[in-house]
Amino acid sequence: MAKSETPNESGGPRITRRSLIKGAAAGGGLLVMPSLLAACGDDAADTTTTAAAGATETTEAAMALAGTTVSVGSNASDELTKNAYGAMFSRFEEISGATLDINTVDHNTFQEQINTYLQGQPQEVFTWFAGYRMQFFADKGLATPITDVWDASLTSNYKPGFKQASTGLDGEQYFVPFITYPWALFYRKSVWEENGYTVPTTMDEWVAVCQAMEADGMVPIAFGDLDGWPAMGTFDYFNMRVNGYQYHVDLMAHREKWDDPRTKEVFAAWKDMLPYHQPGALGRTWQEAAQTCAAGDAGMYLLGMFVGEQFQEYSQEARDDLDFFAFPEINPDFGQDSVDAPIDGFMLSKTAPDNIEGAKALAAFIGTGEAQDYYTAANSNWLATADDADTSGYTSLQNKALELIGSVDNIAQFLDRDTRPDFASTVVLPSIQDWLNDPENIDGITASMEEQAEAIFATDQ
Amino acid sequence: MSASTTEIAASEKPATKRKSRFSLHTRRDKVMLALLLGIPAAIHIFFVWVPALLSVVLSFARWDGISDIRWVGVQNYEQIATIYPPFWPAVAHNFIWLGFFLLIATPFGMFLAVQLDKELAGSRFYQNAFYLPVVLSLALVGFIWQLIYSPDEGLINNLIGRTDPENLIDWLGNPSINLYMILIAASWRHVGYVMILYLAGLKSVDPSLKEAAAIDGATDRQTFFKVVFPVLRPINLVILVITIIESLRAFDIVYVTNGGTNGLELLSTAVTNNIIGEASRIGFGSAIAVILLVLSLGIIIPYLFRTFRAEAKEA
Repeated sequence: MAKSETPNESGGPRITRRSLIKGAAAGGGLLVMPSLLAACGDDAADTTTTAAAGATETTEAAMALAGTTVSVGSNASDELTKNAYGAMFSRFEEISGATLDINTVDHNTFQEQINTYLQGQPQEVFTWFAGYRMQFFADKGLATPITDVWDASLTSNYKPGFKQASTGLDGEQYFVPFITYPWALFYRKSVWEENGYTVPTTMDEWVAVCQAMEADGMVPIAFGDLDGWPAMGTFDYFNMRVNGYQYHVDLMAHREKWDDPRTKEVFAAWKDMLPYHQPGALGRTWQEAAQTCAAGDAGMYLLGMFVGEQFQEYSQEARDDLDFFAFPEINPDFGQDSVDAPIDGFMLSKTAPDNIEGAKALAAFIGTGEAQDYYTAANSNWLATADDADTSGYTSLQNKALELIGSVDNIAQFLDRDTRPDFASTVVLPSIQDWLNDPENIDGITASMEEQAEAIFATDQ
Repeated sequence: MSASTTEIAASEKPATKRKSRFSLHTRRDKVMLALLLGIPAAIHIFFVWVPALLSVVLSFARWDGISDIRWVGVQNYEQIATIYPPFWPAVAHNFIWLGFFLLIATPFGMFLAVQLDKELAGSRFYQNAFYLPVVLSLALVGFIWQLIYSPDEGLINNLIGRTDPENLIDWLGNPSINLYMILIAASWRHVGYVMILYLAGLKSVDPSLKEAAAIDGATDRQTFFKVVFPVLRPINLVILVITIIESLRAFDIVYVTNGGTNGLELLSTAVTNNIIGEASRIGFGSAIAVILLVLSLGIIIPYLFRTFRAEAKEA
């Protein structure tokens, strides 16, 4: 009855046989492409490492792609993102000589139809997310590996955590990280300074700050979970602080059990902190929760850095006043060694071999700081992922976020990106909401989650 | 009429060869009839019944939309009934929805229509005011009412001064009341819809009927229930069917509010949450869809049968 509609994306112009041969003939030049593309950057921010490459090869590689077309499926549907992507794509066309055929689809529609899209005639390069969601499609044979692009240029330009997040179950790389942002506890500096609160790094300190805030008539922790997903971030952090990153990964893959005492401990730790959370969370959107924090009615708010949009909306002053701290330590074995930092990027679809040279050249270009700068210059709530990105224009908040991501051992992708999406949305999301209505019922909720997890993950066998 | 019947009867007696010559329909007529009936029928079968039947077939399978389909018998149904927590609330909520619409929203819409039919001063204004929500999509209605129900910034809590963390009323987040809050929002639109349909019906009632009733000494109440209401039987039927359909297909307003969780579970959102998106549980979602289909048919078919039989008897 209610089937998802088949996507309406056009396949994009076919590549002629001649252009394919031309592309293949230039295969040798390809592997040096990425660094050369980086060297082409006009602001030459951090390109010293690649400056030695010969100029003749640039033109050779560029000529090989001239006249070919690479198709791109993009979910960058909002104005700001679309323009930033557009600028980046034109730059690629300029230096490679290839033409990009870009098809932009509404962000949510793209996500909802990804399944049928990738099985039909997808564009050669498409926007997607790192982690389990990438691995899933790679595992189903719907993506083309780009390990050679990583070996040629990306590995040296990324922190190991990013490479790990781009690697499929078979050990090959399938993903180019583009932009990211961390989840953390956001607050208004001035509010904290006025009241003399200090940034907590342990549970005890955190509780002390919360109690001080309550005494000052403030809601300590803003909380909004009408849409269900924001609480997943809270769960992630309690889980990674109590049981560590590896347990998070294993639980998400259902190698650990939801009714395990360690999982229950996560809920128990969260329950202790619930009294400090804003009541009525299940009827409040994250935007409204962010507004209460921007207004100074709530002391802090656990969310992704995109919370800055809401502070901006509240007032420029609030936006400039925005700061964050990492989720406090619970179990000293793990300290604060993990961060939730979802990565958006690009993958090559199964149709990429149609113009594999062009698609890989684009992938390599996306993995340069030059490409990513186009985005971060337009939206200061995100960070570039490549090492050679230009961070000179970063706000202090961006720099701090960069530092946070760079300083931890483990980068998680957020609950719904680290597990089967159908499990996250149909089981974890409503279960956490049910639990928030009845925090005493940890045993009942975890038992039900485990039952459903067994049923869903059994499909994999 | 009778002449043509005898003609046909007469034509059937002689050799079959001559039969077509005396048929009421020429060959052309028959071809046209076949086309005009055949094409819509084919479209209907292809776009309605084939997918519906495929859903039934898929409900016995386990399929993520990519890998091979695995047949698992009634396992999906078993899991839905036993370990899928949203299911029973969803069934209950669909029936509550139906009950609320049938007993409260629809009668209220009819009541408004009757009042407006009396040509009160400013009735045109009221008519527009009540009808206005109908031109909005239910998704939009959902957004509008979120502004009213929001715990901190919402209209109601601010009017009654319940925005403090200690005393705020969580209209949309409290699972014991949020369904009724959504039903009020959905009724806001449904009432206008029913009102306008019924008003159109009321205008078509012959005024002399009401006059006659008044002369016979009937009160307003008696006039409506004994005279007007029975005369409007066809309209009543339309409104009833619309109410049932609107209740069973309820989806948009809940989906934009919270996606159909936490007290707002419906069968339609359960289907969507399982089927739409990545790595879908297509078999599982199809099984819920089949349950919804069976429930819908179970409610609608007996009713239509009874009504049309009664109608045929009267005719």
